[in-house]
Amino acid sequence: MMMEISTSRRFINGFMLTLSGICTVLVVSVLFFILGYLLIHGATSLNWDFFTKLPKPAGETGGGMANAIVGSGKVLLLATVIGVPIGFLAGVFLAEYSGKTFAFAIRYVVDLLNGVPSIVIGIVAYALVVRPMHHFSALAGGTALGIMMIPIAVRTTEEFLRSVPVNIREGAMALGATKATTIFTVVIPAAISGLTSGMMLNLARVAGETAPLLFTALGNQYWSKGYLAPIATLPVMIYNYAISPEEDLHKQAWAAGFVLLTLVLVINVSARLIIARGPSAQRR
Amino acid sequence: MAATSYIAETLGRRTSRGFFARLRGGDEISYLITLACTVSILLIVCLIVYELWFNSQATFKTFGFSFLKSSAWDPNADKYGALPFIYGTCVTAFLGMIIAVPLGVAASIFLAEMAPPKLSNILTFLIELLAAVPSVIYGLLGIFILVPAIKAYLVPPLKSVFGFLPIFEGTFYGLSLLSAGIVLSVMVVPFIISVSREVLLAVPVEQREAALALGATKWETTWDIVLPYASTGIFGSIFLALARALGETMAVTMVVGNTPKISASLLSPGYSIAAVIANEFAEANGDLYISSLIFMALVLFGLTIVINAIARIFIMTTQKRGS
Amino acid sequence: MASPQQQQTFKDPVTEANPKPDVAKAGASMKLTARNINFFYGQFQALHDISLDIPSNKVTAFIGPSGCGKSTFLRTMNRMNETLRNTRVEGDLKLDGENLFDMDVTDVRRRVGMVFQKSNPFPKTIFDNVAYGLRVNGIRKSSILSEAVERSLKRAALWSEVKDKLNKPASALSGGQQQRLCIARALAVEPEVLLLDEPCSALDPIATLKIEELLFQIKDITTIVIVTHNMQQAARLADFTGFFLMGKLIEINDTKRIFQNPGMKETEDYVTGRFG
Repeated sequence: MMMEISTSRRFINGFMLTLSGICTVLVVSVLFFILGYLLIHGATSLNWDFFTKLPKPAGETGGGMANAIVGSGKVLLLATVIGVPIGFLAGVFLAEYSGKTFAFAIRYVVDLLNGVPSIVIGIVAYALVVRPMHHFSALAGGTALGIMMIPIAVRTTEEFLRSVPVNIREGAMALGATKATTIFTVVIPAAISGLTSGMMLNLARVAGETAPLLFTALGNQYWSKGYLAPIATLPVMIYNYAISPEEDLHKQAWAAGFVLLTLVLVINVSARLIIARGPSAQRR
Repeated sequence: MAATSYIAETLGRRTSRGFFARLRGGDEISYLITLACTVSILLIVCLIVYELWFNSQATFKTFGFSFLKSSAWDPNADKYGALPFIYGTCVTAFLGMIIAVPLGVAASIFLAEMAPPKLSNILTFLIELLAAVPSVIYGLLGIFILVPAIKAYLVPPLKSVFGFLPIFEGTFYGLSLLSAGIVLSVMVVPFIISVSREVLLAVPVEQREAALALGATKWETTWDIVLPYASTGIFGSIFLALARALGETMAVTMVVGNTPKISASLLSPGYSIAAVIANEFAEANGDLYISSLIFMALVLFGLTIVINAIARIFIMTTQKRGS
Repeated sequence: MASPQQQQTFKDPVTEANPKPDVAKAGASMKLTARNINFFYGQFQALHDISLDIPSNKVTAFIGPSGCGKSTFLRTMNRMNETLRNTRVEGDLKLDGENLFDMDVTDVRRRVGMVFQKSNPFPKTIFDNVAYGLRVNGIRKSSILSEAVERSLKRAALWSEVKDKLNKPASALSGGQQQRLCIARALAVEPEVLLLDEPCSALDPIATLKIEELLFQIKDITTIVIVTHNMQQAARLADFTGFFLMGKLIEINDTKRIFQNPGMKETEDYVTGRFG
């Protein structure tokens, strides 16, 4: 006797499929919504001035964010120099030298560090750099963002180094290479595409951070010399302009938002493509 | 064969290596340097805790724990109380989660269980891009698009049907706890989806196949077998998202209204810990002002650490079961 | 109650009571000597009291069923087992009379090279793969490297196939070519002993043949120890063969003896195909 699946069960199955599908489409459409709006509002406000001119004083229209673009670059450079080497080498330790329990504990702590709100890290950078120096600086901003880069640097490095097969390591050691030589001349080059893309994702994440910069790098209407002065950054400018009463500044905020988002998304997509095509994917 | 003898000679010479030659081989140095970096990360974490604690002392000594229960926030009079901010932080985060969790879990079920793999991968990719959008961009959209939209399309019907409820009392001017809650939900949904989807995918195929082989529909398999198995991990993802919502700064401060008051109504403006720090820290003067802000940062820090710690344990438990 | 024949015997090809004509010419020296080697993975003893000699410039093969310890013993000879956690080795191992365990481990591995079962070229160019061992050991002069790379590739019977693409990635080569590349890489540092762990098991018959031919050629410049599960390969290539079973060395002797007239019953059972 054939038992057919009851209509109600089939209905529920289809209904739930549709419902959950709708939820997904809803979420994804937010992305297109965001992109769409930024495109409309931001791309249209974008002009050559944006990239080349300094902000105009209050009340005047026009001007650009040239100093903020350069400023972001400088702060991110500092952040990379501060956060990436230490995170990378710690990742090497976890992947190559550490015992299991210690690695677990470190990984756990690093994951917790990753979950600390960025504004709290900003306060710590304030206490460590701004207070002793008695003024705001790119260095302070770079410190805050650098600390934020550490957890992802550690985890990405560890993950991609571990994915290099034992086979290759043994091949190097069998030729008389020490463990350190093997790691730095064979293992790391073998993992390089994963490591690079991890770096890119890391950078993209902190490039959009605003909160920690509000009281470390602060901001600047003009060009900043060196790294020890307050400095304008793109996200902070967006924030300041967005909450200002002036319509012209709102337009510039949209333009800047467009530029920032494009940058972040381009880096993200490229990084993911590198991973998708890299040797670790081919090994699978 | 000049090369052969050169090689044989060089290699032969290396057979007896002294201390410095071995040092150049690098094993000890490499170990020490990488260990030092690992330890310094631990030190950085300790440093964070220390700085937060040390710099809150002024407030702690003056007000003690009643700081957390007081709503008196008057920098001019040097009076500080954290309650409005704690309230706002919790309310906005809670609201955000109420919206995001059902949406996110439903979408993750779709992506992990119901959708064909190719579609699922593309959609997941797009959703993970959403997670990469900077907070300030969400704030930008919040101020100029979302808030007017809520004001025009959401609040009037809400008020007409539910206006009698205390949570929907009062006039809506746009910047409010409600707006902040909605923006937070949009920001937090991608995390819930991302982590929940991975947790669901980690449920062993054998479990699903057992149910399907007995004649269960896809949905029944998901609801009765897969979800319960993955529930701990999904709770973990929810906790992670909660921690993120609590610490979210820019988008909140741009739409919440930045008013330190406690009101039952979601339509009224409010404040959160992260928002007040973002707004007032740069200009704060006076030890007590600054240390009050830092004390709240310490509270936020503690809160997010605890929630994250629990979340990670939940997620690890699910992963262990799957393996 | 075991007769002398049934005890685990170590047969020294040089001092054996009945020397065979094709064994041990006067002055055939022992490159590697092992005495009472015991090896432990944690609590598990993988090798029991192994003693043998590896004669210079000859091919010695280790045969035996899966899991009998032949690969483990091979890896002991260049101390590769030390890269694993929780392992312990006891006993005596000498290279040209020098205690292997006292030497600097990277020197051991330079002098005792290894080719692995699955070819493992580095993600570098063909040239850089072969030159790697030399560079790591301090030789960097490009003229010397070029000459050494060419020589090694010729010895590995790969030169003609790759001489025009030395700067291409090694991953572009076929499986058999990659394994020959690994052999060239190992030969470049002029090892005194070359250990090969089932080098042909992943290769097709033609590739296998090429490798067997080159092994035959290079035994003049080095000593070869090869682990193989293919008895015909051992019979073709090896001057001496050792039979391992369950972590013990049952018998080691002239290849002809092992296959035609083995001294131990277990050996006879194995080579006639009764198990394994």
